[in-house]
Amino acid sequence: MSRQFDGSERYIATDDLLVSVNAAIHLERPLLIKGEPGCGKTELAVEVAKSLDLPLVSWHVKSTTKAGQGLYEYDAVARLRDSQLGNPEVNDIGNYIRKGPVWQAFEEPGGCVLLIDEIDKADLEFPNDLLRELDQMEFAVYETGACIKANVRPIVFITSNNEKELPDAFLRRCFFHYIPFPETETMEKIAAVHFPTLDQNLLARSLEVFYGVREIGNLRKRPSTSELLDWLRILGAEANPKALLGDEGDIGHSLPFAGALLKNEQDLDLLNLRQRRSQGRR
Amino acid sequence: MFVGFFEDLRSEGIPVSLREFLDFLSAVDADLPAFQVDRLYYLGRTILVKHAQHFDRFDRVFGRRFRNLSTTSAKIRQEIPRDWLEKLGDLVLDAATLAKIKKAGSLNEILQELRKRLAEQEKRHSGGSKWIGTQGTSRFGHGGFNPSGVRIGGPGRHRRAVKVWEERKFRDLDGSRELGTRNFKMALRSLRHFTREGREEEFDLEGTIGATAKNAGFLETRFRPVRKNRIRVLLLLDIGGSMDDHVRLCEELFSAAKSEIEHLEWFYFHNCPYETLWRRNVRGEQDVVATDEVLRTYGQHYRLVIVGDGAMSPFELIHRGGSIEHWNEEPGEVWLSRIWSHFKRGIWLNPIAEEEWPYTASTGMIQGITGRKMFGLTLEGLKAGLKELMAPGP
Repeated sequence: MSRQFDGSERYIATDDLLVSVNAAIHLERPLLIKGEPGCGKTELAVEVAKSLDLPLVSWHVKSTTKAGQGLYEYDAVARLRDSQLGNPEVNDIGNYIRKGPVWQAFEEPGGCVLLIDEIDKADLEFPNDLLRELDQMEFAVYETGACIKANVRPIVFITSNNEKELPDAFLRRCFFHYIPFPETETMEKIAAVHFPTLDQNLLARSLEVFYGVREIGNLRKRPSTSELLDWLRILGAEANPKALLGDEGDIGHSLPFAGALLKNEQDLDLLNLRQRRSQGRR
Repeated sequence: MFVGFFEDLRSEGIPVSLREFLDFLSAVDADLPAFQVDRLYYLGRTILVKHAQHFDRFDRVFGRRFRNLSTTSAKIRQEIPRDWLEKLGDLVLDAATLAKIKKAGSLNEILQELRKRLAEQEKRHSGGSKWIGTQGTSRFGHGGFNPSGVRIGGPGRHRRAVKVWEERKFRDLDGSRELGTRNFKMALRSLRHFTREGREEEFDLEGTIGATAKNAGFLETRFRPVRKNRIRVLLLLDIGGSMDDHVRLCEELFSAAKSEIEHLEWFYFHNCPYETLWRRNVRGEQDVVATDEVLRTYGQHYRLVIVGDGAMSPFELIHRGGSIEHWNEEPGEVWLSRIWSHFKRGIWLNPIAEEEWPYTASTGMIQGITGRKMFGLTLEGLKAGLKELMAPGP
């Protein structure tokens, strides 16, 4: 397989991320991605699929999700209802089996990118129930006795927000990458691909302000890349954004559109407190 | 060359299995044409390390193993810049020495001690060595005097990947370091005890299907109680003096976990719990609760968590009237063991570094009373503590 991911126009990948992604593609292992919320974990799978021209199958995991649901679901209640109504479809149990995302991914003829999003949301045992499926890329359908096997191994991305510890046996089968918070240089590139028309000085200034906000101690949720991009979008829509940000120095006075960066009351209070203090100093 | 690397990783406490190591080798094999040390580093990290908290250890091992692959000609500086000496202070000196020096005097003395040590190191490693004592005498043995990658000789080479593991960016994620809020919350999630109790109000689909099948296809519905976390926690916090910061942290964190804990109660004491406890942090007459009453109210199934440094004069524990605040009829140790034996499971969390415990007599006595259930207030300590707290059995 000569597939290779080199980043894309809309996704700036650092060297270490590229090494991880390509190692996972070549050695056919799932890649587990962790990092602060909003640093582009999910986005990565989307962009890899796009740049390799493969379909993307996503499976968004919730706290109630069971591993089996990713493979298939047997709708027993529908079959029960039909049987009481005398519906002839009842005779074929296959009519009541619904394919899950993993099954769909296995069926893609030219391979695909399978995204298992936020695996840590599910029950602790969830990853253990997927070991064989991810290892051998096959599973059995108990109800019909069929064995479903992937023709082409999908490229698997798994994201986690670290809410639960993942089991060792599972980790051993994955490659792991931690996306750290981007440094200014990378961040400039990221912002530039999203807002190619944005004025350079304005961008530099807004990044300065943004990193200043991140430095405030005791924030409950520090703003991350996705918040920055939202904020830049709002700023870009303003007639004269430069005037709003001022020329230099601390954010002290009036951070514009603070709500786009800080997402809870306590954090906004903290910001107000700083503003009042810095005004007092003037 | 890689086998030694593998062994080093394991001895550093990174749980690498043979499987991952073979993966690594085949990756190296496949990647050989583009062999570069930074790619090797990234490749190793992505394949061999599964926890961000192990990144720092990986960086250290990698730096030690493959430092010859990188090229650097930095020379040891004669005069060491003061600002990063200060930064190094708490990293290079071990906790006990630091405490000793702190007791003895000022920052200047710490700096002097450091200078002295660095000078010694320089002599010992004069010649080829590029960094001050990668195998120095400091307690931070493996990394030696290379903590946080501040290389002596200054930040010379710019933006090279080699820098990455020397920077040791992932220090903060290492589990043996002090707790960050987020880590703590994560750990507290293990405080779970799911059971199905009470009213049957949830439709039991599988039970219904099973029962219906047994019933020859005629519908038979089944219900069951909702699954809930039934954990109950009683928190006793030491307040006053040096403990305040830690206590505030604990309060915040446990209350953050409150949404998941069915019953969380907390009380305060000063140094050692006696016949009364306080309900609120700011102590006033009306908030006093008799310890007996607390024990009567909260049954043995509550899990007890005491947070305190356990550092006090032994008199406070073993003598009547030993309390520094009032006349107590019974000594502290009686009260402590009374509280301790009331609950089936309990732990004592101590924010002071574990290496320093042996230096405090009262800490040892508390260890005796609590059956050595004292844990450090670090992520690893907390995890071990919670495991103890949640252990099954009587």
